Order: sequence, then structure tokens, then C-alpha cells
Amino acid sequence: MPVTEVAPGVFVHAGAHAETDAANDGDIANCGFVVGTDAVAVIDTGGSPSVGRRLREAILARTGRPILYVVNTHAHPDHVGGNEAFLPDGPAFVGHANLPAALAARRDHDRRAYEEATGRPAADRSPVAPTVTVSDRMDIDLGGRVLELVAHPVAHTDHDLTVLDHGAATLWTGDLVFQERAPAVDGSALGWIAVLDTLARVPAQLAIPGHGPPASPWPDAAADLRRYLKGLVADVRAVQKAGGTIQQAVATVPPTGGTAWRLIENYHPRNVTAVFAELEWE
Amino acid sequence: MRPWHGIGLAAACAGMICLAAGGAVAGPAEETRWQVLQDLYFAGRTVEEAGPVVSLEAPTRAHDAALVPIRVATAPAPGVAVTAVHLIVDNNPVPLAMVLRFPDGTRPHAVDTRLRVDAYTNITAVAETADGRLLKTARFVKAAGGCSAPSPKNAQLAALRLGKMKLNLPETVSTGKPATAQLLISHPNYTGFQYDQLNHYYIPAHYVKTIGVRYNGEPVLDVEADISMSEDPSLHFTIVPEKEGTLEVVAEDTKGRIFKESWPIRTTPGS
Repeated sequence: MPVTEVAPGVFVHAGAHAETDAANDGDIANCGFVVGTDAVAVIDTGGSPSVGRRLREAILARTGRPILYVVNTHAHPDHVGGNEAFLPDGPAFVGHANLPAALAARRDHDRRAYEEATGRPAADRSPVAPTVTVSDRMDIDLGGRVLELVAHPVAHTDHDLTVLDHGAATLWTGDLVFQERAPAVDGSALGWIAVLDTLARVPAQLAIPGHGPPASPWPDAAADLRRYLKGLVADVRAVQKAGGTIQQAVATVPPTGGTAWRLIENYHPRNVTAVFAELEWE
Repeated sequence: MRPWHGIGLAAACAGMICLAAGGAVAGPAEETRWQVLQDLYFAGRTVEEAGPVVSLEAPTRAHDAALVPIRVATAPAPGVAVTAVHLIVDNNPVPLAMVLRFPDGTRPHAVDTRLRVDAYTNITAVAETADGRLLKTARFVKAAGGCSAPSPKNAQLAALRLGKMKLNLPETVSTGKPATAQLLISHPNYTGFQYDQLNHYYIPAHYVKTIGVRYNGEPVLDVEADISMSEDPSLHFTIVPEKEGTLEVVAEDTKGRIFKESWPIRTTPGS
């Protein structure tokens, strides 16, 4: 699988801006790895065991150092589906403290969705759940390179985890940053904006988004997403203030950024619906 | 509000006009299912096609199967009061979602609410007139999984908020004119079909079963609901306040918890 070395020892594979189908087998999100002097950490594993295996081959082709960590930024299937490919390495699987519950809750739905999208049976087991969870923050030392893992309050989901590589000044955002591909609000739009505010102060030069190019300058990488979320909140509030309903909001609230967002038609109406329900209880 | 046409047919059509024009489907499967439900809920009675007396709006494809917005409106003919509307999600495990009762059935009512849809289905509204006629209309909705969808997004917050109510009113309410109010009740409305994968059990059904709305003591709307009403129940309804006063809501859930709230309504002389 093609990977880009976006900073020394930091490798990213950029997934396609498509829905999961038989041809891409869930290779639709960014994933990658970081190589220290002692060990390798994998950050997200793609949308299926086959993507995970190809990522593992890309790692083995570049380094003989052991894969000691597999970090998941959140539970969505395009980010955890390849976890099982790393079982032979016996790594610690690391995620947010709410990740186990989210994986369990999504299990049946995600298996059905994978089978419908690819026409192939999903694996019998769930995505490999974390063996180590982070409720606040945790450091991982790869040898000459320390990764700082931070668990965030509800934003894109209720279990988002970021990885900051201080030495490389690089921030793995997971789906807290979408570029190019339409974002999906599966947690809280207001919470997401607040977390982006926090992340804007992180000492990173580069961000590796959950979807988008392998890396781009930080914090500018979040600018489009921030505009989209703020526009969504403002427009839905305006519909509510005028006494409008969900149907009216879905029909009239445009996506800030418009069709420059790939696949926006698949996500925007759903986002409007979710944000409408969220904002009703402000 | 201007429709946004950038997202294709489904969203452009979410405005209600095109749904009212073409959402109904009466395929053989839907007909067969309806016969079962008619015997279940209206045994021995005749159910006629509604005509203009009751109308139903629903999205042809829902964006969230656990939160499918629908709108039902009554248009009583002179001398024919419409006293109730039964909302039925034909293919849900408990099809009867709610019964809306209108104590004053001589005036038109419009109610917006949100339903769970478990599988592609007709949603059927059956209006009942004061003289005992049953009038039905249906819309076909594509959505699936709404009864088993994991919920809520933040369980701790939902527990803290349980039973809290909100009332949204237009900025001005005119004396003697219809005004649309929105009532929100914070409640997880567990269906009994939501599986706790972590602890391996079905979360027991726990939902709001009755909602009564009074204005200055006079009944405006009574709702009997079942598991197909969405989490955090929402109702838009109309009141016609003859003078300023107090809107009171009493709701009860299946654990016998009673939630009460009241709001003052100021009216301005109508023009």
C-alpha cells in the first residue's frame, strides 16, 4: 500500500474519498505508523482486515522494529477494521476509555453495513477492542520519540483520541479533522468546535487528518471543518428561532463549503438532523 | 426559507410538498400488512380512505431512523369533528406509535412529532371522527433500525435531564389566533429492543406513555404513546388562546414517574 513519509519516521496512507465498497474494501480513511528507535506504533488500521494486512506489509517493508502499539482514534469501522491484522505482533491496543462501549454498541450495525457494502461476509469477531484505555492522557515511548495520547470530551464522537508526536511536531487528529471529505457529526457539534479550539493551541506544525491529504499545516487544516460546523450551528439555530422543524432545517440549511466537500449529500442532511436534536436542549 | 438544492433529490424533496404528492405506496406487501393491523386495532370496523380530512407528511428516506420527523394535520369538514388520530408505523414491532386526541375536534389541528422506524414501512394515520368514522392515509418511508439504535449519545447527561421539559413559542401569540407551540420532553424512551452489548442484556423498555396539554384548565391535546415515539419526545401542536393564561403539561412514563410543567402565555390583541 502506498504510504507517504510526511515527517522523519512518520508514515501515512491516505484513504479514498468514497464509501466502502467491494473494490476498496474499506480503504477510505487515513491510517499510518510512527517509527522510533525501539518500536513502532500504528495509528488506525483501515476499514477491513485486508487493509490492515496491507498496512502491516508496508510497515514490515520499512522497518524491522517491533509493532508494540496499535492506537485507534475512535470506533468508526473505517479506522478500526484492520486491527486484527496486527494480532500476530501482540501489540497493546490503545484507545479512549469510551472506545470499548462504542465498539460493542456499533458491532452488529457495522457488520451488516460492511456486508451490504462489499457483498462479502464480515469477520466473525468484532474489531479487536483496546487492551489499554486512556481516560485523560498517556505517553507512549517508542525510543527517541514520545507520543502523547489525549482523550477528548464528546466531539466527532464521545471517544475521540489524538496522538501528538512532540519531536516531529505532528498531530494525528483522527476524525476530529476532516479535509475534503464531508464530516459526520456523531457526537456533538458544539463539543467538536470546543475541542478544535483546544487543539488549535497544540504545539504542532503538521496535522494528519482522519480524512484528507496525508498531512497539512496545523492549525489551518481544520479551517474548512470549523467553518462548516459553525455554519451548521448558526443556521440550525436560526431555523429553530423561527419555530421551524427538522424537515424545514434539512430542506433549507446549506453546507458551508458546499459541494467542495466530497460525498456531502450523504452526510449533510444527517448532520442537520443530529445538530437540530442537539441544539434543542441548549 | 429557500430550499437548498445542492444535495440531490432526497434533501430537495424534504420540503413537504413533493412528499404529500407522491409518498404513498400501496404495494401488495403493504396491503397485506395493513389488513393484519386493521384487524388488530380496529376489529370489525370500516376504515375508509381519508381524502382531505387528514393529511400526513413524512420523508421518503429518513436521515436518522430513530428520529423520523412526521407531520399530521386534520381539516374537519363542517359538522364533522376529528377527535383523534392514530399513528401507526406498520412494520414496527409495536406498530401503534401513538394516539393523538383532540378535545376540540371541530377546529383543524397540526401535530409534528418524531418516530422510530425499524424497517421500510408505511406510516399510517387513521383519523377518527366524532360520529365514529375511521379515515386513513399512509406514506411509505425508507429507514431501518430505528427501534434498536443504540441510544442515547450521552447516557449520563440523559439520566440527569430525564423528565425535563421545554416549551418553544412564537415571539408573539395573538388572542384568538392559532399559534404553534413545540413541547420537548427529555426522556431516553427505551424501546426494549436496544441491546447493551457491553453488559449483554436488552435495556428494559422505559418510555413516556401519556402526555396531556391543558390551557387554562381546558384540554388541548392528549397523547397516548408507545415505543415508536423517538427519544426526547417532541410535539409541535396548535393552541388558540382566547385570552392570556397558563399552558400546563402533565406526562407520565412507564415507570409511573409523573412530569409536570407550566408556562405563562401572554397574548396580544389579534389584528
